[in-house]
Amino acid sequence: MRAWTAGLMLLVLTCAASAQSLVPQTDAGSLPVEATPTADPPPQETVVAGLSSDSVAITASFDGSEILIYGAIKRETPIPDGPPVQVIVTVEAPSSSVTVWRKERKAGIWINAESVRIGAAPGFYAVATSAALDDILLPEWDNRYRISLSHAMRAFAGQVAVESAVPFTEALIRIREDEGLYRLDEGSVSLIDQTLFRADVSLPANLVEGAYKTRIFLLRNGEVIDVFVAPINVRKVGLERWLYRLAFDQPFLYGLMSLSVAVFAGWGASAAFRKLRRP
Amino acid sequence: MQIFLPIAEVSVNAFILVGLGGLVGLMSGLFGVGGGFLITPLLFFIGIPPAIAVATGANQVVASSVSGVLAHVKRKSVDFRMGGVLLAGGLVGSWLGVWVFTILQQVGQVDLVVQLCYVFFLGLIGAMMLQESVRALRRSSKPGHRKRLHQHNWVHRWPVKVKFRASGLYISVFPPLLVGLAVGVLAAIMGVGGGFIMVPAMIYLLGMPTKVVVGTSLFQITFVTAFTTVMHAVSYNTVDMMLAVLLIIGGVVGAQFGTTLGARLRAEQLRILLALLVLAVCGKLALDLFLTPDDLYSIQQGIT
Repeated sequence: MRAWTAGLMLLVLTCAASAQSLVPQTDAGSLPVEATPTADPPPQETVVAGLSSDSVAITASFDGSEILIYGAIKRETPIPDGPPVQVIVTVEAPSSSVTVWRKERKAGIWINAESVRIGAAPGFYAVATSAALDDILLPEWDNRYRISLSHAMRAFAGQVAVESAVPFTEALIRIREDEGLYRLDEGSVSLIDQTLFRADVSLPANLVEGAYKTRIFLLRNGEVIDVFVAPINVRKVGLERWLYRLAFDQPFLYGLMSLSVAVFAGWGASAAFRKLRRP
Repeated sequence: MQIFLPIAEVSVNAFILVGLGGLVGLMSGLFGVGGGFLITPLLFFIGIPPAIAVATGANQVVASSVSGVLAHVKRKSVDFRMGGVLLAGGLVGSWLGVWVFTILQQVGQVDLVVQLCYVFFLGLIGAMMLQESVRALRRSSKPGHRKRLHQHNWVHRWPVKVKFRASGLYISVFPPLLVGLAVGVLAAIMGVGGGFIMVPAMIYLLGMPTKVVVGTSLFQITFVTAFTTVMHAVSYNTVDMMLAVLLIIGGVVGAQFGTTLGARLRAEQLRILLALLVLAVCGKLALDLFLTPDDLYSIQQGIT
């Protein structure tokens, strides 16, 4: 198994560019209408997958990271007829609460006026697909597994005081998309012969730490037929970790330490200047 | 060289930070200002979250004012009693300021108030400096024309008078307490030492002789910003040591170049340059307030 995945990695790494062209093109109109989510036969196709690394270390020189998610579709029977199998890969940071503010002009200046509080929105959310998302995923399955970006956040905290929260949640998605924190990469999963797939997900430099979650969805006819979940542990290491923990666990000590660094630097500077001026 | 700041949780170019510190250090060496009022808005511009810019700015001011005050203690140009009274006011003010900061954070208006404070004070100080240095440049050919040491005004009629020997003053403790208080509040909200506000207040309001003003204000600033740093660190965990160290390194080197450069240039021209720079920063911040923003929406972490 190990040797096989290593071989696959080598294969896909060396011919990533050419693999791109092997992605089967989905015909949008080919989704059968009779597909019903309720009558699930036992899955005939399952996902076997691995990650290039199951942890990301944020060091002082951290400048983003790339994670390779690769795998294969395991089946006992021959490849079924009909539209090809599709793969969606999501990588999701732990959720935290955010407040979205809207500015309004008051007395000539722009100030924060209305806000919507969102209970949980992931700090990072990337969706990679093997074809256009709307073509390969039915809305009811999207609702069930919360796959698309608009499903990334949940639960409004407290009362929603504004007329419509939609522009606020859209703004949150748009701002985080601009910052590279939310991303939908359609067609970025390479799928070879309906069996092998790989996805490269790049993590931006402004990452928060925590337990990230990778989900791999196997789809046929717009329905999810198998899910594979793997964790990615993102954490600060070394000096970054030490400073961060100190700042939050021992804030008083940390404050005193920042002070002594400043005092020492100031004193050292004045002493050094005096020496330099009177050689 | 990109560096990941552990508290701000953003990746920025380390050379830009050292450069910024150096630029501000150059200013402080050239003009004798702490530079806190420049470093904080500059940190806003490069995308450091305001709360972290303010707290870390205060930490950086500690470094520059310590090196300044040591020089003044050697020259015996620090009025410790006056500094102590200003400091007492300043500590209460700083505590009040951090408290005000909390309320502002809860109602989502930190950015607005910090920006308004900056626009107001930078505009005021910049205009005053420009006016004064242009006037000084005009009559630089004919020096002389000395002002009186200080004028007695309403401030000197208040009760509880105290003798401030080094300043040669016998005035009520309340005016210096109030000045200290106001500067402390501003220091906590704006992340500055407040020297650029305190120095004019000491000269024009309290009537202190110019000789001891800078040393005494630096003395007070050192302690108020130190207190502010610890308060911010304890209440909000917003002091980023990595950021502070990079700024301080730049500042120390910059100040050295500033001092040597300052000795070669004419003081009036320098002050016009500083005034223009202050007004430019002010103008940029003001435009952000008045022009329609690119994005009406903004995100704040957490639920307030």
